[in-house]
Amino acid sequence: MTNYILRRILGFLVTLLVAAAVIFFLLDLLPGDPARFILGINASPEAVAALRQQMGLDSPALARFGSWLMGMVQGDFGHSQTQRLPVAQLIADRMAVTLPLTLFAMVISVAVGLPLGILAARHRGKATDTGLMILAQVGVAIPNFWFGMLLTLAFAVSLRWLPTGGFSPWAEDPAAALRSLVLPSLALALPQAAILARVMRTALVDVSSQDYIRTARAKGMTFGEAMWRHGVRNALLPVLTILGLQFAFLIAGTIIVENVFYLPGLGRLIYTAINERDLVLVRSATIILVLAVSLTMLVVDLAYGLVDPRLREKSR
Amino acid sequence: MRVTKSIALASAGLLLATSLAAAQSTEIRIGVPLEPPALDPTAGAAEAIDVVVYQNVFEGLTRIDENGAVQPGLASSWTISDDGLTYRFSLNQGVTFHDGTSFEAEDVKFTFDRILAEDSVNAQKALYSSIADVSVIDPATVEFTLSQPDELFLFNIGRGDAVIVAPESADNNASMPIGTGPFAFLQWDRGSRVILEQYGPYWGEKPALTKASYVFIGDTGAMTNALLAGDIDGTYNFAAEALPIFESNPQFQVLVGTTEGETILSTNNAKPPFDQLEVRQAMAHAINRDEIVEGATYGFGVPIGSHFAPHHPYYLDLTGTYPFDPERARELLAEAGFPDGFSATLKLPPVAYARLSGQIIASEFAQVGIDLELINMEWAPWLEDVFANKDFDLTIISHVAPFDIGIYANPDYYFGYDNPQVQALNEELNATTDEARRKELAQELQTIIAQDAVNGFLFELAQTGVWNAKLEGMWKNAPVEGVVLRDIRWVE
Repeated sequence: MTNYILRRILGFLVTLLVAAAVIFFLLDLLPGDPARFILGINASPEAVAALRQQMGLDSPALARFGSWLMGMVQGDFGHSQTQRLPVAQLIADRMAVTLPLTLFAMVISVAVGLPLGILAARHRGKATDTGLMILAQVGVAIPNFWFGMLLTLAFAVSLRWLPTGGFSPWAEDPAAALRSLVLPSLALALPQAAILARVMRTALVDVSSQDYIRTARAKGMTFGEAMWRHGVRNALLPVLTILGLQFAFLIAGTIIVENVFYLPGLGRLIYTAINERDLVLVRSATIILVLAVSLTMLVVDLAYGLVDPRLREKSR
Repeated sequence: MRVTKSIALASAGLLLATSLAAAQSTEIRIGVPLEPPALDPTAGAAEAIDVVVYQNVFEGLTRIDENGAVQPGLASSWTISDDGLTYRFSLNQGVTFHDGTSFEAEDVKFTFDRILAEDSVNAQKALYSSIADVSVIDPATVEFTLSQPDELFLFNIGRGDAVIVAPESADNNASMPIGTGPFAFLQWDRGSRVILEQYGPYWGEKPALTKASYVFIGDTGAMTNALLAGDIDGTYNFAAEALPIFESNPQFQVLVGTTEGETILSTNNAKPPFDQLEVRQAMAHAINRDEIVEGATYGFGVPIGSHFAPHHPYYLDLTGTYPFDPERARELLAEAGFPDGFSATLKLPPVAYARLSGQIIASEFAQVGIDLELINMEWAPWLEDVFANKDFDLTIISHVAPFDIGIYANPDYYFGYDNPQVQALNEELNATTDEARRKELAQELQTIIAQDAVNGFLFELAQTGVWNAKLEGMWKNAPVEGVVLRDIRWVE
């Protein structure tokens, strides 16, 4: 087990280092001068040169990569070039929106997706199953930004129950903050719930024809009991994998949903920063996302070990 | 009995209605498509900076009004020497910055020394290059000495780039702007909104609004929904394609006004084949302005025939110089040695008017044998490729600086037009103070540029604001960038 954990952690660290290098040098190749962007088309060359120097853009790439890595190891993610604030502070502020948004979406998708998957599997081949799977297919096909717009039209523009977007800080009005996350989390959660329902159903169907279920039934359990005691636990493995991938997908999905609902989240921060060539901010925010996703994968890998003793055995 | 009851109900309803209206009567929420990266208008070109702070938080010595005329600002009056080189300004008394420090002549000197300094990062530094010296005569008087007469001087010092800042606070203006205006900065929820509130000790007339929020909504669909749901009270320049929804809705007013944005098909005059007059004339004949105005601006743009704003008193209508005539265009191309036409690239920045105009122009040019490859670009690479490195054939861009015909006198400018006659005329224009002669010179310049078909002259951008019908006092026109709050109020 220790071996298994160590190997996973090593893999995690290597991923981070490779990602850091790719992010840094790819963005360095991106055309566009941040200083010229800030000063616009009427700026004199001297003013642009003065700003480039202030932004530290005139030192060589390798030196800048080194100081960026060293800074991060010490917990310093640098200063945003356009907003002139510490990147760590900007990201922490945005996390107050993106993290709850992602978590709500996860919770909703699990709460809706898993029971529906179980329901469909129990009624396999019947009308309930077919109906649910058609719904799930539609849910997967609908892009979340479009679903978000439909939700806005219904609940914000016509009924006026909820705001069309925006966000008031938690400290100011927690109820209002919560209200402004309802529609975006629903928009994010729907396609994920549909995917989860399909995966859960397929996994349960696969499991139900396994030998151990037959054995359990031979011992006198009803099919439902056998599935509940032995089936669901085994079926959760592929679902767990999908959940881990979905967390990453949800964080990326927030870029679009945050734009549609004009939420001050991490996705919108990165989107704007790319347009404005705020490279320090883009790099540090991206590496933090990589960190979040790799950490999730690491946790999922370790959770496998807990759910499935066979994986622990294999790595010995 | 029934009658009395309904009267009672009606008056209760009326009471409710008036109290609701009273509650919203001094605050406004304005939708802004882009968030400003910082809030210092003297250190960045982003329009969104001026939209939030110009004339609201910060003020200049002069101020530009809705029609582009120069009005007294922090300077109550001024005198100009006969040679046009010395300007003496009398400053308003009792003016304070929002941090409580007083505004004096020293602040003016500090502001302009900062703009002109070696390490200045002012985006419009070049506009102030005629200033040779700023001296403090006494705390309420300041004198500017120019190296050459500059007719635009009073206008330029009224722009957002030259607002007066204080030495105590200037370095923090990017995140905590401190000016002398009627509104003080209250808070900035990054990514979400900026809130301003009325500054009690303001030296001038008190505005009707007590609080203003600028809400950042990048997506056109989201902005439409926010307007319809009443989450915002208006936006100053909205996408033309969304306007029909609001034009037919009595709860909204659509304000159509002018901007200083000459939208042109910029042509690399230094690069073959565009260095040939016949080729540029052929392109001018191939352009159907009406089609472009209809297709790219939904009919809101105003056709132009040279690089000059149609609402300016010096404007000369030159749209007939090269009328739409594909036959003539093909003849000119043949004369220039391209009987079968040629291919070129058209680099388009990420704005709707450019992308839409580009597609229409490509199809119009195809009819005369010019094959255009459309290249869509983001702002940052566009600025670098087209603007800084002049690596382009054609591009479409709106030049939003007011009275900017002088760019045709700069041979180093990105479209590479080098005409000594234009340069001499422009120099004379800058040095001339006589109004009639200035008009003559400006019109002569417009004519030469039109005849030389330096660029494809398309249309003047319109400003199209959408506001709650109960608001008044918004600027219809955009002579400079900004959403000035001073006259905005709620009415019944």
